[in-house]
Amino acid sequence: MKRRTLLTTTAAATAMALSFGSAALAEAEVTAGFIYIGPPGDGGWTYEHDQARQKMEAHFDGKVKTVYQENVPESADAERAITQMALSGADIIFTTSFGYMDPTNAVAAKFPNVKFEHATGYKREHPNVTTYSARFYEGRAIQGHIAGKMTKTNKIGYIASIPIPEVIRGINSAYIHAKRVNPDVEFSIVWLYTWFDPAKEADAARALIENGADVVLQHTDSTAPQAAAQEAGGVITFGQASDMYDYAPMPRVSSIIDDWAPYYIERVQAVIDGTWESQDTWDGIGKGMVGIGEITDAVPADVKAEALAMKDALASGEYHAFTGPINKADGTAWLAEGETASDGDLLGMNFYVEGITAEVPN
Amino acid sequence: MISLEKRQQPSQVITAITPLIAVALTMIVGGILFSFYGADPVESIRVIFWDPMFNQQFAGFTRPQLLVKAGPLILIAIGLSIGFRAGIWNIGAEGQYIVGAICGAGAGLAFYPSESPLIFPLMILCGALGGLAWAMIPAFLKVRFGTNEILVSLMLVYVAQNILISVSTGLLRNPEGMGFPGSRNFKQWDAAHNAEIIANTGMHWGVVAAFIAVIGAYVMMARHIQGFNIRLSGEAPRAARFAGVNPGRVVFLCLGLAGLLAGLAGLFEVTGPAGQVSGQFNAGYGFTAIIVAFLGRLHPIGILLAGLLMALTYIGGELAQLMLGLPGAAIQLFQGMLLFFLLATDVFTNYRLRFGKREVLS
Repeated sequence: MKRRTLLTTTAAATAMALSFGSAALAEAEVTAGFIYIGPPGDGGWTYEHDQARQKMEAHFDGKVKTVYQENVPESADAERAITQMALSGADIIFTTSFGYMDPTNAVAAKFPNVKFEHATGYKREHPNVTTYSARFYEGRAIQGHIAGKMTKTNKIGYIASIPIPEVIRGINSAYIHAKRVNPDVEFSIVWLYTWFDPAKEADAARALIENGADVVLQHTDSTAPQAAAQEAGGVITFGQASDMYDYAPMPRVSSIIDDWAPYYIERVQAVIDGTWESQDTWDGIGKGMVGIGEITDAVPADVKAEALAMKDALASGEYHAFTGPINKADGTAWLAEGETASDGDLLGMNFYVEGITAEVPN
Repeated sequence: MISLEKRQQPSQVITAITPLIAVALTMIVGGILFSFYGADPVESIRVIFWDPMFNQQFAGFTRPQLLVKAGPLILIAIGLSIGFRAGIWNIGAEGQYIVGAICGAGAGLAFYPSESPLIFPLMILCGALGGLAWAMIPAFLKVRFGTNEILVSLMLVYVAQNILISVSTGLLRNPEGMGFPGSRNFKQWDAAHNAEIIANTGMHWGVVAAFIAVIGAYVMMARHIQGFNIRLSGEAPRAARFAGVNPGRVVFLCLGLAGLLAGLAGLFEVTGPAGQVSGQFNAGYGFTAIIVAFLGRLHPIGILLAGLLMALTYIGGELAQLMLGLPGAAIQLFQGMLLFFLLATDVFTNYRLRFGKREVLS
């Protein structure tokens, strides 16, 4: 609300709206822009980015102004939205979906003085582009453990979004840890090819539940699968990207929470200080970028204790979620006994681990 | 009492001015809607309709973008309007657009990394043929088996979307893309890049094709015997048959033209503004074009103007989100209003308002 009134008064002051950004800039030192794939009200991915935006704005107490655009498709529209944001006077722009990767780099070439931060991609083609992501797979390991212990039908449903390494990594991590505690466990994976589509997400959840799954994991942004699981009853889920605590204690028994606020504060501070540099950040539970939401009483105390122990081990680095022996689905060896996966292998992961019977879409 | 009275002849004047009335009503009601969000109504309407063209800070970028956004809409809408005039309801332009893009892009990628000047013409040809072939399916089924082209063409959109997902994660996937879905980026391959013909004008080959299509459609519908046959088939099917017009041929012609133009639009979009084949590049142009065709009164010049207006509301809507903090959903509602008011005011083409007492027959 504060941002709106600020803008409208600025607008009224410069009657013909000759110079929006620069007029606003006189009041705030830095303008930070955000491009969202969904609406901030999705309750998941975009919600957390928007929460972090607000926390960051509050942290700087008037020194930083933020703008955002929601529901930006990963098409030619993205490039225009980012360009308009740069033209409007943003000093740093966070593009918060994988599909903005090429558009972000294309716009960065045209605005060398604007800093660009692309979430979950790998391309840094210009010195003013940074990439950042979180090690969500660490949270998936804990999910997998709880899921494997809790399932009675031994069928776990997985609502997957777009087949990029990040999503495949999550599936593998959850599977490995479910299988370790429950050798009979089976994964059914449904690909939706979208990040945010509540109707499709709910349909997928219902289909999985009808096929006997009593655990539904999701890598999509809305709370629709949670609602579908609640309706079905006797099914457990995990909050994705956000706590989704509205669905606790059942079906949501825990969650993976993305906490972007410290990162956003750090990066905007770097812009203010003039120390911003292109880099690649990939932090996990240890640095607090990935949080594990409260494990509810629906989970037996011993399972909860094991899960929390795993969380601590992951946070301290004592345990790596991909520790051998692990074979690929085609039977070839990947990691030897005790060997841990390299970041390079994880970043380009496009195979399932042994035991998953489906095939990676290609 | 106010009552509606049927006109003896549809009013030509009303037909011409209803789009203007609809735009005016949309501005008024839209302004009221935006004021509920705390934005100044006059200000927000100005940002949407004026700033994309004349704002000093943005217009240099957004004015060319109007052409980029309007180009495919106009190209597809022209093809659709011809069919609509004949009473052939092709709802599946989105699918024809996707298949055109896949075929054209695929034909080009087969020769990567050749820099031959023949590549781009070949891609255009394959794009057009791809769209044409996809539209021939409902045409053939309609002529041979009497199926409903609305259903068949619409269902084929979903088939096309699944093919798109399949090729962007498989056949056309960028081998150097680290396992991520999406084809090579055409912007980084000069021989296949649909670049701007004159820099910073937004004029790419797709926009040129749209202008040619407008002129071609105008000449055909006003001067050519095929245009007459098409109009006759729509307005008086029996008379058309007596006049020796082959209804099957009209179906093939109308759907074929629409598919061809939609396929071209897809190819120009994927090699230009979008840059790569990915599961999300299509952004719904094929559906929006239906609105454009009706907003333009199925008349080529009307469609040209309607396409530009539609592009204006898109880009202006983005600016309103960015500068005034209006939610994306409010902008979509605003665009929906435009069509709603157009249809509502349409009543007055065939009816007039009558004030005073209704005559009571005793």
